[in-house]
Parts: sequence; C-alpha cells; structure tokens
Amino acid sequence: MAQLVDLLHPYLLATIRVVVAFVILSLIVAYLAYAERKILAKLQVRIGPMRVGPHGLLQPIADVLKLLLKEDVVPAEADKIVFLLAPIISVVAVFAAFALVPFAPNFIITDVNVGILFLVGVSSLGIFGIILGGWASNSHYSLLGALRSTAQLVSYEVALGFAIVSALLLASTLSMRGIVEAQASRGIWFVFLQPVAFCILFIASIAETNRNPFDLPEAESELVAGFHTEYSGFRFALYFMAEYTAMILVSCIATVLFLGGWLRPFANTATFDFLDYTPIVVCAAATAWCVVEALRTNWRTQQFVLTLLALGAAGMTLLLLVPAVLAATQGVFWFLAKVFLFLFGFIWFRGTFPRYRFDQLMRIGWHFLIPVAIVNVIFCGIGLVLWQQHDWPYVPALWVGNLGTLLVAVLLLGRRS
Amino acid sequence: MTFYQITFYFFATVMILAALLVITRRNPVHSAIFLIVTLLCVAGLYLQLRAEFLAAVQIILYIGGVMVLFLFVIVLVNLGVVVGQERFNRQWWVAGIAALALLVELGVAFYLGREGLALPTAPVEALQPNTERIGLALYQNYMLPFEIASLLLLVAMIGAVMMAKRR
Amino acid sequence: MIPTSHYLFLAAVLFTIGVIGVLTRRNLIIVLMSIELILNAVNINLIAFSRQLASVGGHVFAIFVITDAAAEAAVGLGILIALFRNRDTINADEIDLLKW
Repeated sequence: MAQLVDLLHPYLLATIRVVVAFVILSLIVAYLAYAERKILAKLQVRIGPMRVGPHGLLQPIADVLKLLLKEDVVPAEADKIVFLLAPIISVVAVFAAFALVPFAPNFIITDVNVGILFLVGVSSLGIFGIILGGWASNSHYSLLGALRSTAQLVSYEVALGFAIVSALLLASTLSMRGIVEAQASRGIWFVFLQPVAFCILFIASIAETNRNPFDLPEAESELVAGFHTEYSGFRFALYFMAEYTAMILVSCIATVLFLGGWLRPFANTATFDFLDYTPIVVCAAATAWCVVEALRTNWRTQQFVLTLLALGAAGMTLLLLVPAVLAATQGVFWFLAKVFLFLFGFIWFRGTFPRYRFDQLMRIGWHFLIPVAIVNVIFCGIGLVLWQQHDWPYVPALWVGNLGTLLVAVLLLGRRS
Repeated sequence: MTFYQITFYFFATVMILAALLVITRRNPVHSAIFLIVTLLCVAGLYLQLRAEFLAAVQIILYIGGVMVLFLFVIVLVNLGVVVGQERFNRQWWVAGIAALALLVELGVAFYLGREGLALPTAPVEALQPNTERIGLALYQNYMLPFEIASLLLLVAMIGAVMMAKRR
Repeated sequence: MIPTSHYLFLAAVLFTIGVIGVLTRRNLIIVLMSIELILNAVNINLIAFSRQLASVGGHVFAIFVITDAAAEAAVGLGILIALFRNRDTINADEIDLLKW
C-alpha cells in the first residue's frame, strides 16, 4: 500500500489539475453554445434564449438534459462498435490536448519540451472521429460529409502549421510555457510582430473547427448534417462538445502563440499596474448587473437564480480583494479574457459571412493560404537575419518581413484563378 | 516494478495484440483502427526512450497523415464487396514457416551479439534538447539526405496524383 | 531502465507479424498496412540504439524512414486505386495475369 502511494504521489497534483480543468472546460463549452446563440441574436437584431432562467442563463442545462434523454438510434447495417467509437475518439483527442495548454504560470498540467507539436498532433487525431463516424453511419450523406470535412481539415492543417512555425521562429522554443515567457522577455506580444501569421492562424482555425464560413460539411442546408447526420442524443452531444472544445483549443493555441498567454497588457510597464485590478472590476460589474436584473424582473424563479448569481459574484469580488488571491488569479483571468476575445471573433465571423462552396474552400486553402503562409515563414526568417546579423532594431526588421508577405498575398488575391 | 517497466510492458503488450489484430481482421477499416493503436503505442515507446520530437512527428505524420490517407482510400474505394472473401491466401503455411525461420534467425543474431547489447547506456544529456539537436544534425551533418528526401517527397506527390487521377 | 534487448525483441516480433501480414493476406490494403508495421519495427530498433549510444543520428535516420514510409504509402495507394479502377478487385490472388 505504501509502495502504491509512493508510486502515485508525484501524479496527485497533476490529477487534481486534470479534474479541475475537465470540469471547468465542460461548463465553458456548454455556456459557449449559449453565448453563441445570444451573440448571434444580437448580430441579427433579435434576442436569443430568454425563457429558461434569467436571460436564458439556464438554457445549456436544458439542452444537455434534452440530449441525454433522447432516444439513441443506431442505423441498421451500421458497424456498431465503430459507430460508438467515433464520437469518443473526437472528444478524447480534443480534451487530451488540453493537458498542454498553459492557463497560468503555475497551472499547466504538463509542460512538454515539444508542447506545441504535441498539441497539433493530438488535436489532429480528431479527424479519425469524423471519418470513422461518417463511414460507420452507412449512409451516403454521412460519408460524403465526412470525406469533405476530412479533406478540408487536412488541407488547412498545413496552413495552420506554417502559421504556428512563424510564431515559433520568434519564440525559438517549442514548449508552451517557453513561448509565453519569450513574449514576456521581449516585452511585446507576437501578434504585433507577425500580424499576417495571426490572420492566417485565425482563418485556418475557423476551417479546422468546421465553423462558418467554412462549415459546408456540416451545414443544415447542405448534406443534411454531414458526418453527424445519423447521430442523435448523447452521441451527437459528444460531437457537439468536441467541436466547441476544439474551438476553445484553437483559441488557446492562438492566445499562447500570438496574444501573450497569461500576460497582462503592458506586462513590463509599471504605469499600467492599475490593470491588475480588472478582475475585481469585472466581478463587481457582474454583481451589479445581477442585482439590477433581479430588481427589474418580477418572475420569482428568475429573481431566485439572479440572487444566487449575485451572491456568488459578490463572494468572488470580496475574495479577490485579498491581494494573494488577486495575484494568483491574474494569469488565468487574462488568459481567459483573450480566449473569449478570440471566441467572440469566431462567433462574429459566423454571423457575418455567407458559406463558401467546397471547391472555393479548397482553392482558398491550397492556392492562397498555404503559399502566403510559406512566404511568411521565409520573410520572417529574413527579418530575423536582418536583426541578428545586420543589427537592425528588432521590431522594424520583422515588419519589413510582414510587408513582403502582404505584397505576395495581395498579388495572389489579384489573380483570378 | 518501476514506472518505466509498467509503461514498457503495457505499450509492448497492446502493440503486439493490436498488430496481430491488424493482420487478421476481415474488415480493412478495423485493421486501420488497430494499426492506429499500434502506431500510438510506438509513439509511447519513443517517449519512453526520451525521443520526444520523434514521438510528436510519429503522431502528426504517421497517424495524422498516412493513416488518414489509408482510411480515405479504404472508404473511397468502397470495399464492401471484398469483405465477404477469404482472408488468407492458399500458401499461408509457407509464410508461417518462413516467418518462424526469420524469428529464429533474429533470435540467434541477438544471442550472438549479446556483448554489444550489454554496453552501458550513455547519459541522456547528449540527446537533450531533443528538437534542437535533431535540427542541427539535419541541417549540418545530414543536409544532403534531407534535400534528397524533399525531392523524393515531391516525386511521390506527383506520382500519387498522376496514378489516382481519372484519365 | 529497460535493457535494449527488450526493445530489440519487441521490434523483432513486430517485424515478424508484419512479414506474416505481407505474405499471407489477400487484401492489398492490409498488405500495405503490414509494410507500415515492418517500417515501425525498424524505427523502434533505431531509436532504442540511439538511446543506448546517446547519438542523435538514429533519430535522424528514423525521421527519414517515416518520411519514406509516407511517400511509399502514398504511391502504393495511388497504384491501388489505379488497379481497382482497371481490374475492379484488390484481391492479390485475382491479379494473376503474369502467371504461367
């Protein structure tokens, strides 16, 4: 018994972090779906869910209950084991990748030397969930949707990889924590040094997660629902969760690589230290909103839920007034703020753009994004050589590289092919 | 049992079982799934041998590239018609004898070379940091094979596209 | 520490399983997959020795083997698709026009 404890003891802290991250992530995924509906509604001049709970805040719980209680339909002639396995592969691949994301300087489940490489690799294992799900459904729509989705994912993975390489050239380390620390030591986020690579990463991430405007393989007006046509109930909930968790994952990757991870804006300047109190302001604003809404509504249940939320937010505000707690939550707060900014960008794109046809989608990936991404790596290298060996100042050297890439991108866009 | 031993025997057992299942399944998609399991176990063994860059490359290239290609072809070529046919060909016993002879030969080779295997394991610091050392070796000592490999990939890409095109 | 002989024996068993798969199965896709098993066995050997001798040359060689395996899988599958389109079968026993 003592030997077992000795064997397992180094992994206790990591296990606690895993459980915490998993639980919080599941909650964030559920409320991300709700946030998407509300934001899309605002963009389309309507209000979203308002009934279930105050301002629809309990809508995700209703959705989860509905999906859990639905009938579980398995198509005839479908391969039952693979049909069951496919959504599990998708979910496991995406959740496993979260073991490498650095939420705060001391909250990373494991910091591998080749962190970013493992992240790209493990999250690309989700492709098997799609292709096996499409094949196992024994339906033409599913198969076509799965093949299209897989082709799209594989194509945009190349552009994603090159955009990541551009940031890695600046960081000169593959470890996730090392990349954020490189941005801290440079004093500038990499998005200001490599904006073109950031844009390529953004577009490739939208395509990687099958979001609008690249969501032809799973749009309702197209192939019924693509590879998850035959999935219902909890299996569909698993695919849904996998897609939204993949969104959060690519947002976390973009935050770590380009937006400075857990760093406060102007982290090295002392004049902006007042930004350290932003978590307190946010929690106090949440409390105030809950109190105002509770006073405005006259539904008993909504008043009850809002009072609970107000008490929770007030408790957090008081807790954050303790300096030790404020210092501990700084990293996670700024990381989550940047991730939500990125996710807001995703949802904004969904509400704004029409869908691309599949051949247009593949053309954008292969004929535009990949050449621009490769050229960006070359010009980033040229910028770094100018800085290291010809003693140019750091930031202008890299901006020269970006100008070169922008020129190539504009020339490529001008071709009518 | 130390941690290394537990992980080694776990990965080894799962790898051999999955490899046996690869060659015996009737449905090629099941074989592909078990091959993915085998490749994941091989990546785990690479991690145990302190080859983390290679483990990541194995997952990205082999599993995320080659196996996706395999699954694509299996699904596109629509092999529902071949599932009902015989699995093994008529001369399976010749293959069994030959493979057994091969295994015995390999065992004899290990036995004769057992002094070389008993060399002390050199310290692992010469392999760390792994990615940087591989990068330096690829771009300094092994530059020519690197360029030849890139040419080979170009030729393979063109060849595969030409083969699979509809005329 | 796991002695290198364990890794070599594991690689030998994997290699043999791959050889049996290549020589025995009729379905050409399974034959290609068995070739991938053989290449992975070789890679395990290379990495095990590279760990024992603390030399990065084994890693570089293994990267080249993975690259070549990817190229060969692509070309092999291309040939297979062309074959299926012409003969409408991927059964190795039915592709016997050159037999006497």
